[in-house]
Amino acid sequence: MDTSIKILIVDDFATMRRILKNILKQLGFKNLVEADDGTTAWETLEGQRIDLIVSDWNMPKMTGLELLKKVRASDTHKATPFLMVTAEAQKQNVIEAVQAGVSNYVVKPFTAEAISDKLKKILK
Amino acid sequence: MDVKLVNPFINATINVLETMAFVTVNAGTPYVKTDNVAVGDVSGVLGLTGIANGTISVTFEEKCILAIVSNMFGEAMTKLNHEIADAVGELTNMISGQARRELEQIGKVFKAAIPSVVTGRGHSIIHYSEGPKIAIPFSTDAGKFTIEVCFER
Repeated sequence: MDTSIKILIVDDFATMRRILKNILKQLGFKNLVEADDGTTAWETLEGQRIDLIVSDWNMPKMTGLELLKKVRASDTHKATPFLMVTAEAQKQNVIEAVQAGVSNYVVKPFTAEAISDKLKKILK
Repeated sequence: MDVKLVNPFINATINVLETMAFVTVNAGTPYVKTDNVAVGDVSGVLGLTGIANGTISVTFEEKCILAIVSNMFGEAMTKLNHEIADAVGELTNMISGQARRELEQIGKVFKAAIPSVVTGRGHSIIHYSEGPKIAIPFSTDAGKFTIEVCFER
């Protein structure tokens, strides 16, 4: 995996951003930026190059699914890999995310190995 | 209240804490709680809607949640603060998510609200429905916590 890529972590809970940051750092990724909802994430995307988005689903203002749809509809970011990390894993949620173009899906609670495995698939 | 609604929350609580915080969790004997006073020092509360409306809460003793969050962050947490409150909210969220997946497998579909967190000794936990409050005590090496599940009759 190319660990020099810039990763945007999106979650309304600081706890989850911190856990994901710790895991990504352990995997060798150093170029990490954060956003606490989809709206802030979109503003971040407009201001800089992001190589991978790791996003929660259930957030205020703009959900992870809405962010994913906006990213896929964007000329600039439509090809950016998007990993959904969420507690929302009922069948309908997964179907909606796949239809919207999610690159992969991790269900909370998760292990560091689960994150690593999904990233390897996305970034190979 | 249908007891089939309770077991998924017990399973989810054990799995979430063992996976995210690496703690061994033992469930005690469930009981019907008759008051609103939290048995812990910090609680996450989350509303559920679907085939029945209800709420779940997860309430932790201070020393228990400090140990759990210390494990989650990989660094020592020594006092209740906004970081602990945020972690309790996310733990509540994850327990709800996993329990709802198990409930979906038996045809019971629920949607969840965003959790709220209350702190302070002797605080109240107000459930939004008037059904029985089923409390399940749990123990860990670091202390105790309790989940409450309440669905309308």
